Amino acid sequence: MNYKNDNGDPVSQLSQFWQNGSCIADKNKKQEALVGLIRAVPIILGYLPIGLAFGVLASTAGLSISSAGAMSVFVFAGSAQLISVGLIAAGSSVFSITMTVFLVNLRHLLMSASLAPYLNRLKTWQQLLFSYELTDESFAVHSTYFRKHGTPSFTQLFALNLSAQLAWITGTIVGAWIGERLTFDTEAYGIDFALPAMFIALLVMQVEKKSHLKIALLAAALGLFFYLLGFSQLYIIIATIIAATCGALTDKSRNYRGEDRDD
Amino acid sequence: MTDMILLIFLMALVTFIPRVLPILLLSRRNMPATVTVWLSYVPVAVLAALLAPALFAPNGTVNLAFDTNPAFWVAIPVFVVAHFTRNLFATVLYGMVQIALVRIFLS
Repeated sequence: MNYKNDNGDPVSQLSQFWQNGSCIADKNKKQEALVGLIRAVPIILGYLPIGLAFGVLASTAGLSISSAGAMSVFVFAGSAQLISVGLIAAGSSVFSITMTVFLVNLRHLLMSASLAPYLNRLKTWQQLLFSYELTDESFAVHSTYFRKHGTPSFTQLFALNLSAQLAWITGTIVGAWIGERLTFDTEAYGIDFALPAMFIALLVMQVEKKSHLKIALLAAALGLFFYLLGFSQLYIIIATIIAATCGALTDKSRNYRGEDRDD
Repeated sequence: MTDMILLIFLMALVTFIPRVLPILLLSRRNMPATVTVWLSYVPVAVLAALLAPALFAPNGTVNLAFDTNPAFWVAIPVFVVAHFTRNLFATVLYGMVQIALVRIFLS
C-alpha cells in the first residue's frame, strides 16, 4: 500500500482497505480460485487415473506409499516419474535415473520459454511457484488460454495448477495403496486415453492459421521419425526445434528482411 | 531409504530447472520479434511431436491395426469433435467413452 497517497491519512486508508478492499479482494480471489479449479477439471480427469497407474507401478517396483507420494509432491512430472519407476525396478543407478529424468524434462525448457512473455507481471516467487507445477498438460491449457485471453490472475493460475497436482498426488497415493494389495489393469475402460484426447483437443485449439497446421503436421512427422529412430527421450525437443524454426522462417506475419515470402 | 530420498531430491532438481529457468530469465526481457515468432510455433509443435508417436506407435513400432491400436482410429473422430466443439472437457469425455466402447466391442 502507498501511504503517501493524497486521498487521506494512512490510518483511514488502512481501515478502508480492511473494510472494503480486502473483502472485495477476498471475494474475487475465491471466484478466481474456483475458475482455476473448474478449468483444471479436464486435467484432473486425466491425472487421477494416470496418477493411479503411477502409484500401482511404483508399489510394484518396490516403492513405499510415502516414497511414491513424495515423488508426486516434489517432482510432479508424469512421464519422468513413470520412467524412473521402470528404471528403479530395473535396478539402475541414482545417477543414470537422474540423467534420464533430466533428458525427459528438457522439453519443458521450450514450454517455459513460450509462456515466459505472458508471465512478466508475476512476482518472482509467483513465477517460481508457477514453474514448479508446469507440466505438459498445464502448459497446454495455459498457452491456449494466454493466447486467446491474456494472462489471468495469479490466484487462478495457481488454483488451476494446484488442483491438477492434488489430483496427481491423490491418484498416486490411492494407486500405491491399491498396488500393495492387488493387481490392477490400468488399461481398463477409457481412462488411459484421457490425456491423448486432451492433447488432441488442445492441439486443435492452438491451430489458428494455416501455418500452424502445417507446422503441426511437420512436427508430428518429425516427432514420429525421431522416436522411431530411437531418440526415445529427445524426439519431442528435436522435432519441436526443427518445426518451430521452419515456422519462424516461413512466417508471413513479419517480414524480417522486408521481403514477402511464399508458403 | 537414503538412496530414495537422494533420488527424489535429484529428480525434483532436474525437473524444476528446465521449468523455471526460461520463465525467470526471459519473462522480463523484451525479446526480438524473431524469437517471439519462433516461440509462437512451439505450442503446436510440442503437442504434435508429443502426440504422433503415442498415436502411431504406442509400443515403439508403427501399428495401425484396429484391434491392437484402437487409440489411433479413435483419435480421428476425437479430432473432429475437438474441431467442432472447441471444448476441452467435451473432447476428453467423448474420447474416453469412445475408446471404452471400442474396447468392449473388441473384447
